[in-house]
This record gives sequence, C-alpha cells and structure tokens, in this order.
Amino acid sequence: MYKILKKRMLNRTTVLLTVEAPLAARKARAGQFVILRADGRGERIPLTIADFDREAGTVGVIFQVVGGATMTLASKQEGEEIADLVGPLGIPTQTAGLRNVAVVGGGVGCAIALPVARRLMEEGAKVTAIAGFRTAEMVILEEELRAASHLFVLTTDDGSYGQRGNVCAPLSRMLGEGEPFDEVFTVGPLPMMKAVAETTRPRGIRTVASMNPIMIDGTGMCGCCRVTVGGERKFACVDGPEFDAHLIDFDEAMVRLRTYSAFEAKSREKHCNLFRMGSREGE
Amino acid sequence: MADLQVKTRNPMPLRDAAERTADFREVALGYDDETAIAEASRCMGCKTRPCVSGCPVGVPIPEFLRLAAQGDFEGAYQKIGEASSLPAVCGRVCPQERQCEAKCMRGIKGEPVAIGAVELFVADRHMQQGGSKISLPKPNGQRVAVVGSGPAGLACAGDLAKMGYRVTVFEALHLAGGVLVYGIPEFRLPKHIVRREIDELCAMGVEIVTNAVAGSSFTVSELLSEMGFEAVFLGTGAGLPKFMDIPGENARGVFSANEYLTRVNLMRAYEQDSETPVFRAKRVAVVGGGNVAMDAARCARRLGGEEVFVVYRRSEEELPARREEVQHAKEEGIRFEFLTNPVEILTDGEQNVTGLRCVRMQLGEAGADGRRRPTAVAGSEFSLAADCVIMALGTSPNPLLGRTTEGLVARAHGEIDADGDGRPSLAGVFAGGDAVTGSATVILAMGAGKRAARAIDAYLRGLHK
Ligand SMILES: Cc1cc2nc3c(=O)[nH]c(=O)nc-3n(C[C@H](O)[C@H](O)[C@H](O)COP(=O)(O)OP(=O)(O)OC[C@H]3O[C@@H](n4cnc5c(N)ncnc54)[C@H](O)[C@@H]3O)c2cc1C
Ligand code: FES
Repeated sequence: MYKILKKRMLNRTTVLLTVEAPLAARKARAGQFVILRADGRGERIPLTIADFDREAGTVGVIFQVVGGATMTLASKQEGEEIADLVGPLGIPTQTAGLRNVAVVGGGVGCAIALPVARRLMEEGAKVTAIAGFRTAEMVILEEELRAASHLFVLTTDDGSYGQRGNVCAPLSRMLGEGEPFDEVFTVGPLPMMKAVAETTRPRGIRTVASMNPIMIDGTGMCGCCRVTVGGERKFACVDGPEFDAHLIDFDEAMVRLRTYSAFEAKSREKHCNLFRMGSREGE
Repeated sequence: MADLQVKTRNPMPLRDAAERTADFREVALGYDDETAIAEASRCMGCKTRPCVSGCPVGVPIPEFLRLAAQGDFEGAYQKIGEASSLPAVCGRVCPQERQCEAKCMRGIKGEPVAIGAVELFVADRHMQQGGSKISLPKPNGQRVAVVGSGPAGLACAGDLAKMGYRVTVFEALHLAGGVLVYGIPEFRLPKHIVRREIDELCAMGVEIVTNAVAGSSFTVSELLSEMGFEAVFLGTGAGLPKFMDIPGENARGVFSANEYLTRVNLMRAYEQDSETPVFRAKRVAVVGGGNVAMDAARCARRLGGEEVFVVYRRSEEELPARREEVQHAKEEGIRFEFLTNPVEILTDGEQNVTGLRCVRMQLGEAGADGRRRPTAVAGSEFSLAADCVIMALGTSPNPLLGRTTEGLVARAHGEIDADGDGRPSLAGVFAGGDAVTGSATVILAMGAGKRAARAIDAYLRGLHK
C-alpha cells in the first residue's frame, strides 16, 4: 500500500497527489511516468511524474478527473492509502546539450511540462514556457512554471486570462522573430501537440511530444500503447513516452484514444450517480 | 464391459457448453474419489516408464498413479512433488496429449490413462486437506533475488526457500503469477489456485514485492551490490506481443491477445464492478492457433461475442493449442477458418474495424522447424465481417532487461542467452523459462526454475567454500 501524504486541488477538476513510494522515487527522472491503482477494483492509471523527492521517497502526480477510475483516485484523502504504484517507467526526457528550449504545455499537460522545464533550468538552458488553458478557472501551476522559465507566456482559449488564443500563436510569433530554439518540447491534448508540430515543421525545429496513450502494464507486454512514429510501431511505455513530433501519426493516436469512449461515458454516469446519492445522504 | 473400461478413459466431467459460456467459472468439474481411483488403476505400471520420458520434468508417473489407485491421494501428491512444484496448475494446463499421455502404452489399443486429470484431482485434494506442512531447514542467511513471478520464478523461489535461502521475488505487475494470472483465463485455471501456490511460498518465508520493475525501478547489478543479494534469477517471461504489419492493424477494435486477456483476467473486466474496460463485440476474429488464440476466442464468446472465429494459416492438424482447448472451443460454438491468413484489416471512415481481408493458404514442403510451410493461393482473396480483431501471433521476450543489464546477451528474438542450467555469462545471474526459450509451456518454465535453483545453490556453495 502507498500512503497519500499530500492532496491538493489545483483547479476544480485537477488533483495533485504526493504519494509515499520509495522504490519509484529512487530512480525517477523528468519525463518518466508511474502507474497507479486506487484500490483492488481499480484501473491501472498511467500518470507522468510531476515531481519527486528521493530523500523523502515520494512521488507527485497531477491528474484531471475524467472518468470512473480517476474519480475513485480523486476520492482518496490525505493519510489514506492507494493499492498500487509502480515506476518509474518509460525513458526520461533527453535534455543533454540543449541550450534554448520552448516548453509548450496544454491543460493538465502543464504538470508534465513543469519537471522538464525545471530540469532544463538546472542544466543551464534558456527556457521559454508557454502554457495554454481553456479558460481562467482551469489554470494550474502558473507560479511554478513562471519560476521554472526565463520567459513565461500564458494563454486561454477564451481570453479570460493571459493572452487570448492557443499556444501556437505566441510560439509562432517567437519563431517569426527568429528565436533560435534548438528544441520545442510539447505535452498536452493530441490536437494541440499536432498543431505545435505543424507550427515548427516548416522551420525544421526539432520538436518532441510526450504521448499519453491508453496503457495497461507499462512494461511492453500488451501493446495497447502503440503509436506509429515515422511509419514504425512504437510502444509508448518502453520506447517513449516522448517521440519526434514531426513523425508521430497524431490522427491515428486520436482514434486509438477513443477506443473505450462509450465505456468511459457509462462509467462516468455510474460514478456521478453514486456521488449524487452520496451527497444526498450527506444532506 | 471390463474390456471397455480398460480401453476408454474416464471422461473429465465438464459443465454444459451453453451454461459455461455465460460465465467465467471453471469448465472442468474434476473427478470424484471413485473415478480418480478407477482412472489411476488403468495404469499398467510399465517397467520402461515411457510416460516419464514424455514428461519434461520427469514426474514419477506410474508411482503416483499407483498410490492414487490405492486411495493414498496425499502420498500421490507428495510423489508428484518430488519433481513438480505446481501440480494443480500443470494438471490443468499441460499439453498432456503431446507429453506423458502420448507415450502411454494404454494409448496403443485404446485411450491413454488420463494422467493430467488424476494429477489435478490429487493436487486439489491436497489443498482441501489444508496444504503442506513443510519443515524448512535453518535459514542460511544468504539472499537470492528472483525477478518475475511466473511459473519459472515461483518454482525457483520455492526450491531455494526449501534449501534455506532467503528469497525475494520482484514482480512488475500488481499481482504475482505471471501468465497464470494475466493470460490464462479463470475458466481454465481459477485464480484461487494460483493464489494458493503463492500463499504456500509466502508461508515458506519467500517475500514477494509487487510493483517492482527490474531494469527500471532498479537494475540487476544493483540487486547484486547495494541491494544485498548474492544471486539473481531472471524469469521475466516472453511478454512482447507480435503484430502482422498489415494495413489497419492500429484501427479501433484491433487488440493484441495480451491486451485483451490482461483486461479480462488480471483486471477482471468481465466483472460488473471492475473499472477496467474491455471491448465487447458481436463478431470477433482471433488470428492464431495456439492456446492464446483459444483463450482469447473463448473469452470473447463469454463477453457477448455471437460469432467468434479463429483464423489460422495452417490446417487443423497443425494447431499448436492443447487438443482439449480446441475441443472445448468447438463445443462453445467457436468457428475455425483454417488455411486462411489475413492480409488487411478493413475499417469504416472512422477507423472502426469492419472486417478482415484474407487469402486462402496451402501447405507446402516442411520448413526448418519440420512443419509444413503455408503459402498463399493466388487469387483467393475474400472478406470476413468482424467488429473486433484479436492478434494471437505469439510473443517474444521483453527487451527491457536486456537494454538495462550490461553483459546480458540477447539472441535473435530477444531471448536471454543462457546454458542448460540457466547460466548466462554474467556472474551471479541465472535465467530460465520463456525469457530464455521464447514462449513455451508452464511445465518447461517450472522445470527451468527448478534447475536454476540447483545451479544457484551450487554456485553459492562454491562461493562460500
Ligand atoms: C494466454 C496464454 C495461455 C497459455 N496457455 C498455456 C497452457 O495451456 N499450457 C502451457 O503449458 N502453457 C501455456 N502458456 C504458456 C505459459 O503460460 C508460459 O510458457 C509460462 O507462463 C512461462 O513462464 P515464465 O515464468 O517463464 O514467464 P511468465 O509467466 O511470463 O512470467 C514472467 C513474469 O515476469 C514479470 N516481469 C517481466 N519483466 C519484468 C521485470 N523487468 N521486472 C519484474 N518483473 C518482470 C512479468 O510481469 C510476469 O509476471 C500460455 C500462455 C499464454 C499467454
Ligand atoms: S502499456 Fe502495455 S505495452 Fe505499453
């Protein structure tokens, strides 16, 4: 069992959990992920490591409540335990030799962008962070991202906070102004990452996207995390999760992510009904 | 009458096909005492013990059958235990028709003794009586790490514990058992049987650490240095699924058998309250002909598949699956498309699977492996409608350990290069099971684990002389 040492709501639907997991914390590095299971009935949920503390033996994860399994996980309180946590999995972010990087995060993806930005700062690179959200109330980690970058730009789709529009506008402007990025790192919803890849493609700037496909084992055993990169089949859990964004087949990835959408809708409904019943009892 | 009894075996009582496809409970009901005794009594006790030569681990078969025939079921169990660690599992999943039972002299003029069914019976009986009271030797204080908790790892851990070693098993998944828990379905191997075996190991002092991935949470060389183990056994299996590299393989509704079976078995997606989804389809095509294909097809049937068919490129004779599984699959209404190979997965505009484009095959000359090689019949393309395709094409060893373990040599398909005792050329490291042989069988993996336990013991004795 793995104890929840800290729980914080970053916005209405985004949760930060700090979990006691010494084995995973020992080797954790930016860009890697863990798989958690709330309880014995729980789904295995892959979540990128948002931060870690080797001495304290803790791992932090940030997730959005989207379906039944994340709802169960979100219902756990500080001091309670979750059934399983395994990691670190996947290949860490490759930061060696990078001098000038744009880190572009969207929504809850900013939780993954943050450790990458931090690591790049530590290694002395110039870091530009661009964080996009749907609307003001969805904003997370603003202060943390600002602190982990030399230049920070925040956008909202509806203009309710920061610059209006999506992350590609400021990125495109900087590229137009001739900012010599040697890499753009992006993590967020698939359509956003696809758009970032298209923004950098004409200029031939190396772009890396962190993929978040459906997973089960996370060790290369089931193949459900397969992603087509440059026409080749890659398993995101062991070959990734980061790949060359100019080679990823994003359209296929979007189809694959919807494999269980009907099931998820049903389970969300079931959970909402349970929650509703629960809250009625509480009245 | 007596003659008939001698010639034909006592059939294993099974649940009715219509009833069993409605749930995931075990298909085989097992013998009762009288039937077990009657079946064991069919053994002629041949001096040459041909059946034993057919058993990959050399279970003393005539001896255990004689004890069972005398009604000494516990004695029979202990006899099997001299050579095997997992009788309740092997009784259920071994391809007996190709091993011990293929060599049985009774089979010449009639049906061979149902050795597997008697093995299953005495193993279950043993557990009903409360399991083993194993007296362990004094702990010798030396620590051995076992990576992977499939049959190879469990057998190795058990034998080492009986020799007095302090054993820790590291398993990547949240549950120990390897393929026995994530691959083979409940209706063929109930999970409580695997749990029992693991509980026995724990009772012997074996520590099991789940959620621990060697090669990522820690490396093999760390196990041998700062983590304080004097030897390591790698029983990491062959989990990496193969695909066909045909168009449409990444469409929505195409799964590797490992994914499909893991959702069903490990994550228990068939139970109402499981949070893990599984794709429930009406028309399911399973590609392949091994046990994995049979398991996937039979699961699909139980999950509401109305038309489930197995697409196999050779003919019925070459099916690598256990004969009993093929028989049970047929009883359950699974159809077979033999001599057929998919060339494309068909999809609609939204990338949902709609069918398979296939070619008919014919068998040519025998290849290097002695099996007749299938080739496509020109102009024979046709389509099959399906809304789900499961690829059961075999697996190869997971590359994770090889990538992170310096000095570990991998062969062509990622198998760990090791000698007959499971010694790769790396001091203190041993390996066995599917990780070394590529996907094989439970009994071979178990046998490899036991052999490696002896080799580890010899190695550590040498070290401490
Ligand atoms: C669906 C299916 C049906 C089968 N049916 C039969 C049958 O009827 N009869 C038969 O004899 N055989 C059958 N087999 C084959 C048989 O199950 C295998 O040959 C056998 O389980 C191999 O045992 P193993 O111990 O080598 O590996 P596995 O059982 O594969 O166990 C390996 C374990 O190691 C773990 N692991 C892997 N990498 C790491 C790591 N880096 N760190 C920590 N842990 C790790 C895995 O999670 C797994 O739990 C079947 C296989 C499948 C998939
Ligand atoms: S999650 Fe199963 S292979 Fe990647």
